Amino acid sequence: MNATYLNAITRGAAAAALLFTAGSAGAQTIAITGGKVFPVSGPAIENGTVVIRDGKIAAVGSGIAVPAGARVIDATGKWVTPGLINSASQLGLSEIGSVQPTNDASARGRDQIAAAFTVWDGLNPQSQLLAPARDEGITSVVVFPQGGLIWGQAAFITLVDGSATAMVTRAPVAMAAQIGSPGQANSASRGEQLLRMRELFEDVRFFRENRRAFDRAETREFAASRKDLEALIPVLEGRLPLLVAVDKSSDIESALRLAREYGLKLMLAGAAEAWMVADQIAAAKVPVLTGAMNNIPGSFSSLGRRQDNAALLRRAGVEVLLIGNAGGGGADEPFNVRNIKQEAGNAVAYGMSWNDALRAVTLAPAQIFGVGERTGALQAGRDADVVVWSGDPFEFTTRVEHVFVRGVEHTGRNRQELLTERYKTLPPARWEP
Amino acid sequence: MRHLLLTAVAALTLACAGRTPGPAPAPSGTGARSSADSGQRGPATTLSTPNANPFPSTYVPFPSRPTVIRNATILTAAGPTIRNGSILLRDGKIVEVGATVNAPADAVVIDGTGKYVTPGLIDTHSHIGAGGAPGGQGTLLNDVNEATAPVTAHVWIEHSIWPQDPQLPRVLEGGVTTIQVLPGSANLIGGRSAVIKVVPSRTVQGMKFPGAKYGLKMACGENPKRVYATDVNGPSTRMANVAGYRAAWIGAERYRRQWDNWLAKRTGDAPNRDLANETLAEVLRGNILVHNHCYRADEMAQMIDIAREFGYKIRSFHHGVEAYKIADLLAREGISGSLWADWGAFKVEAMDAIKANIALVDRAGARAIVHSDDASGSQRLNQEAAKAMAAGNQAGIPVTEDQAIKWVTINAAWALGLEDRIGSLEAGKNADVVLWTGNPFSVYSRPEKVWIDGAVLFDRLDPNQQWRTDFELGYVPRRELR
Repeated sequence: MNATYLNAITRGAAAAALLFTAGSAGAQTIAITGGKVFPVSGPAIENGTVVIRDGKIAAVGSGIAVPAGARVIDATGKWVTPGLINSASQLGLSEIGSVQPTNDASARGRDQIAAAFTVWDGLNPQSQLLAPARDEGITSVVVFPQGGLIWGQAAFITLVDGSATAMVTRAPVAMAAQIGSPGQANSASRGEQLLRMRELFEDVRFFRENRRAFDRAETREFAASRKDLEALIPVLEGRLPLLVAVDKSSDIESALRLAREYGLKLMLAGAAEAWMVADQIAAAKVPVLTGAMNNIPGSFSSLGRRQDNAALLRRAGVEVLLIGNAGGGGADEPFNVRNIKQEAGNAVAYGMSWNDALRAVTLAPAQIFGVGERTGALQAGRDADVVVWSGDPFEFTTRVEHVFVRGVEHTGRNRQELLTERYKTLPPARWEP
Repeated sequence: MRHLLLTAVAALTLACAGRTPGPAPAPSGTGARSSADSGQRGPATTLSTPNANPFPSTYVPFPSRPTVIRNATILTAAGPTIRNGSILLRDGKIVEVGATVNAPADAVVIDGTGKYVTPGLIDTHSHIGAGGAPGGQGTLLNDVNEATAPVTAHVWIEHSIWPQDPQLPRVLEGGVTTIQVLPGSANLIGGRSAVIKVVPSRTVQGMKFPGAKYGLKMACGENPKRVYATDVNGPSTRMANVAGYRAAWIGAERYRRQWDNWLAKRTGDAPNRDLANETLAEVLRGNILVHNHCYRADEMAQMIDIAREFGYKIRSFHHGVEAYKIADLLAREGISGSLWADWGAFKVEAMDAIKANIALVDRAGARAIVHSDDASGSQRLNQEAAKAMAAGNQAGIPVTEDQAIKWVTINAAWALGLEDRIGSLEAGKNADVVLWTGNPFSVYSRPEKVWIDGAVLFDRLDPNQQWRTDFELGYVPRRELR
């Protein structure tokens, strides 16, 4: 292939990612004092202080002086953590599940291949589900496309107010695909589905190296469109992770083999039976996105699903990112992005350490999706994505006291709170006698 | 997110399995004027008259030993929390609950220090067994919706229940001891529910709660009008939904009169039997309880008027995401709300979901219930109740643990007409009991032991007390539950 061309693509991608980094900045200086601070990147600090300035974390530690003129939040008895990250969501992409025009998470693609689909182009910053998620301590999500063989590209989204552009912290962060549902891949069997994937990856290689011939229409027909082939080049070069949604242990092994054959940077998602092949996954240093609230053998591909999957993987040395997997069919997911807290609590109930669970919803996803220097930890220089909790963030009785996203605190009432307020006394005021 | 990255969508529900045959129970739901007067399996000569109980329960309690739990925190669902309390179970019943109990010498004594005791949890809205796992193409285990006509009052969900559904032991592990399995919501009138105990059994009859009344599933709003939108007879609108209910009840009322007249005299040929109208007539006689899937406040108010027009009662609105808008009306009408802690936004009629719904309904004086409609959520009704309690407190509607425990126990028992037998820890009630590792409203607590009718049906510490369905043998690796 043409090295200059490739570099151009690389630089283009980098520039595109940079474009999104211009964000909001809070002018205010804030000092959160006296709390139990969980930086995640280091040990917990009793009676710690977190200083926020200009949208960034300025200092974290004990015995830190409160800057003059700072707004002081007394967090005595409170817990302070990084904003939580839900690593698999359709928040902002799906508003009302049954209303098709409010759903922008999938692409038709060509022959079940939609690699060029950039899902964040459909992001809706006016979604009424953003604020309820943020108000419960979720400051970022990773949004994924869904459907087909190659689903498209995912983005790391931060829940700032304003524009879709400002919300995209980094994109793309992964290429999504699936193994184990051949029917969704125009295939009759697992073997045929893998054959299609190999054919596709080999076409991408050939395309990359014969681009001029392609432009002169001197190449054979490829398994995917030009845009899809182009989008897969960074995947083949190991620069953009391939996230494979997969449940069955043998399908996970197929994904690991595929990654070895083509030099892919792999992630696994769903991964119901990952615990069965935990050592292989650990040896390949492949991170896993999974949940802790499902133990139902819901299909013949997930007969081994169990709630301690995340804990067993962690014990084997696998990096785990917690995502929701409870059930309910999925259409209520954007409404309940906030239940990632419950997922983490259940992960602990089923054997994960509390610190690992917190890491799995903060720093682990930030690092795995390439924004570990920006968010996911309470550390000087990072974006001020900070939550003050009345206690353990995973407990139901804990309240969110303050949420800062890039240093900005949002205090307005969300739609669900407005409805609650309206009907708190019946009949509602000014509506009926 | 739920299922976003799972290639195989599961999300089905549990059923139950029957056990050793036992004595047939008294016929259920036979009122004074009931046409259902033949009770048990009748001789062929009675086939022309309605049979109240053609599929009688064969459930018998599992063997049990007198059991005492001591030093536990007991949420009774009948009064204030008992700290450092004791409970005695014997012969399938709760004998005593209090600071101390008189333990017989042969009793199994369990130290509950640091642990909690609650009644067995009850889920008023399940499809487990009827929508069995595994799902997916070709398994043909989804027998929930008879979506072939908008009124299918003739179907009984128990005929869909697969006792080997692996979702059953999983809700038992969650402390759920009784569930109502309902037909789905595709239809205006979906058919009869079944109330079952979550116990292993070869047959569904072996799981059926002896003497429990049947329920009737009805559904409002989007689902029926969507399912039949292209059907020549509809309904394709909400107004046709209402016309459909009324037409069904008009037919049922006439049927009931014909049969009640004949049963009073028993002369001449009996009227023709009709399975759909038999069920609907039993509703009109008060022998079957109505469970009405309905999201919107305005539609619930209309369903209340329809019930009044035809002289039946709605026992529980299910889902009711807008119940908080008419909580006063529900309280006045004596209708319970079987509600979610936090499901919403998946369709327009669920747009106005708020997390304080359950607390607001409770505060208005209506019976609030946390239900699941989901085999996964059903395993964590305690966590769902905890979320709803916290949401109430956050919204300035104080909710105590003593209130919230009722949402998953006694209030649900009332919705099933079983409040005199289950749902609270009181002397004389069935010994359906859960011992929790800690406060059940904590995310870190799990059931350690579960008793049904005084018998241990689940013990997290003892692999020999962990039910595995036939399906699971070989196919599903044994989970270590500790």
